[in-house]
Amino acid sequence: MRITQGTFSFLPDLTDEQVAKQVGYALSQGWAVSLEHTDDPHPRNVYWEMWGLPMFDLKDAAGLMTELRECRKVFGDRYIKVNAFDSTLGFETMRMSFIVNRPAKEPSFTLRRADGPGRNVRYELETRRG
Amino acid sequence: MANPGPDQATATQRTTGNTARRYQAGVLKYKEMGYWVPDYEPKPTDLLAVFRITPQDGVDPEEAAAAVAGESSTATWTVVWTDRLTACENYRAKAYRVDRVPGASDQYFAWVAYDLSLFEEGSIANLTASIIGNVFSFKPLKAARLEDMRFPVAYVKTFKGPPTGIVVERERLDKYGRPLLGATIKPKLGLSGKNYGRVVYEALLGGLDFTKDDENINSQPFMHWRDRFLFCMEAVNKAQAASGEIKGHYLNITAGTMEEMYRRAEFAKELGSCIVMVDLIVGWTAIQSISNWSRENDMILHMHRAGHGTYTRQKNHGVSFRVIAKWLRLAGVDHLHAGTAVGKLEGDPLTVQGYYNVCRDAVTREDLPRGLFVEQDWAGLRKVMPVASGGIHAGQMHQLLDLFGDDVVLQFGGGTIGHPMGIQAGATANRVALEAMVLARNEGRDIAREGPDILVAAAKDCRPLEAALATWKNVTFNYASTDTSDFVPSVSVA
Repeated sequence: MRITQGTFSFLPDLTDEQVAKQVGYALSQGWAVSLEHTDDPHPRNVYWEMWGLPMFDLKDAAGLMTELRECRKVFGDRYIKVNAFDSTLGFETMRMSFIVNRPAKEPSFTLRRADGPGRNVRYELETRRG
Repeated sequence: MANPGPDQATATQRTTGNTARRYQAGVLKYKEMGYWVPDYEPKPTDLLAVFRITPQDGVDPEEAAAAVAGESSTATWTVVWTDRLTACENYRAKAYRVDRVPGASDQYFAWVAYDLSLFEEGSIANLTASIIGNVFSFKPLKAARLEDMRFPVAYVKTFKGPPTGIVVERERLDKYGRPLLGATIKPKLGLSGKNYGRVVYEALLGGLDFTKDDENINSQPFMHWRDRFLFCMEAVNKAQAASGEIKGHYLNITAGTMEEMYRRAEFAKELGSCIVMVDLIVGWTAIQSISNWSRENDMILHMHRAGHGTYTRQKNHGVSFRVIAKWLRLAGVDHLHAGTAVGKLEGDPLTVQGYYNVCRDAVTREDLPRGLFVEQDWAGLRKVMPVASGGIHAGQMHQLLDLFGDDVVLQFGGGTIGHPMGIQAGATANRVALEAMVLARNEGRDIAREGPDILVAAAKDCRPLEAALATWKNVTFNYASTDTSDFVPSVSVA
């Protein structure tokens, strides 16, 4: 199944040219871009693996694109996302986050239900690897 | 004693002959009772209020302004000697400025300053009882409207503010870089719990982040609240499993008593809901209580501004929504319906942007075209996510993104559920339109101008968007707004 996390998951997969433009936008806003990857896109899996540190002093989107190519060489069968971090007072959080690489066969999720008292159902979500 | 301070100055005044005359029994003009102080310089710790007043024929505007200051602080209609048992100058609100409203011959903006010690900390109930307690019924005024307020940082810091705030909400939902999408379940009344949950599931599966109970969905004969909560949470969990995204449904916990509201909130928590909602009509004390509960239970608190139009819409009388938004940010809500500008409900675009600024700014600047009379430092208080809801559709995506930016929930109720290919398709159309517009804006395109072309191009890969654009292409709500800012740049420097 197609996981629809991230800013642009309902659009056709972005080309590298499109990714570079989005990175250029993030840099123009003064945000620091970074790459993260995972093989478990469970919605509660907050901490994907970092591909190096956020590129705080990067000026040109080409730098991120070089790292993306390197990351794909090693983790091409994983999800890879671009994050843009804003250190402005009052934000100090991510301002963009979008998927730029997906495994050939994406995992799906099993929804487990356990009946409780008063018709209350306890739900559990488990990643089913592709 | 060194350094004669203000208290001593007051004591000195009390011994003068003027003071003796001031407190002779009888009726004085408010101006003469100390409520009109044209040379007063507001202290940084004062609360400021800007009223639009329409004095009765023959009533001098300065006297009317003084009456507003008097009636919203210490005054009554006659002189009372018991004032002299207090440091009464301190407790008197001071009207210090009156400006004629541009373009309205009988209306004036009256500026009033209140000492910080007039107010209890952390209580909107106390604040509103003072500021709008009885002055709006005062006979010498034909009408009065509270246009704006400035709260000193010392006062702001007595409130905890939004339990979650925009930043933490996004981190919990793992959604960044675009407005969030929602839809109110329709029809508002009559669906059974099971049928209602179907609409929730379809809309979330199609691509929305949230669905929502409407303001009058509580626990009626056709659908009791527990039934609704259970079916909605089945829908939310199923949609999360099918998308890998966090989803939510605003469970309306508004009820007849606070005890019942807590009961419903607890059940929503037990079921794992990430968000609950209340209606504005529950009142300030209930809002602050449920805000505390939400903070303790990691719950996003959605505020539906039900009823506000009764007092916010007419600009000669009532309370401006920008003031309500300020009170709600202090009281502590996470989502607040703040208008669409382009949809079916009242809202001049600039005035609506003013409300958004109040919700989202770290410091809200004076901005007269947007109806903001005073600068407001929010002192680090968390930000409220504004919600645009009511008569909007995918074909307006460029206008909405251009007007409101990323930190907003765009709610397409009819614009999702009324889609000719079904609810899921309606949701997908909205999500694709939104993502395409954000992508284009970030690429540097002028979305306000090129928006329609961007939508048409995105619809080539998305049949539901194509159908949405065809269905609603001519739907607009172009009526004159009743609540616009009466602004002339010179007012700011007068």
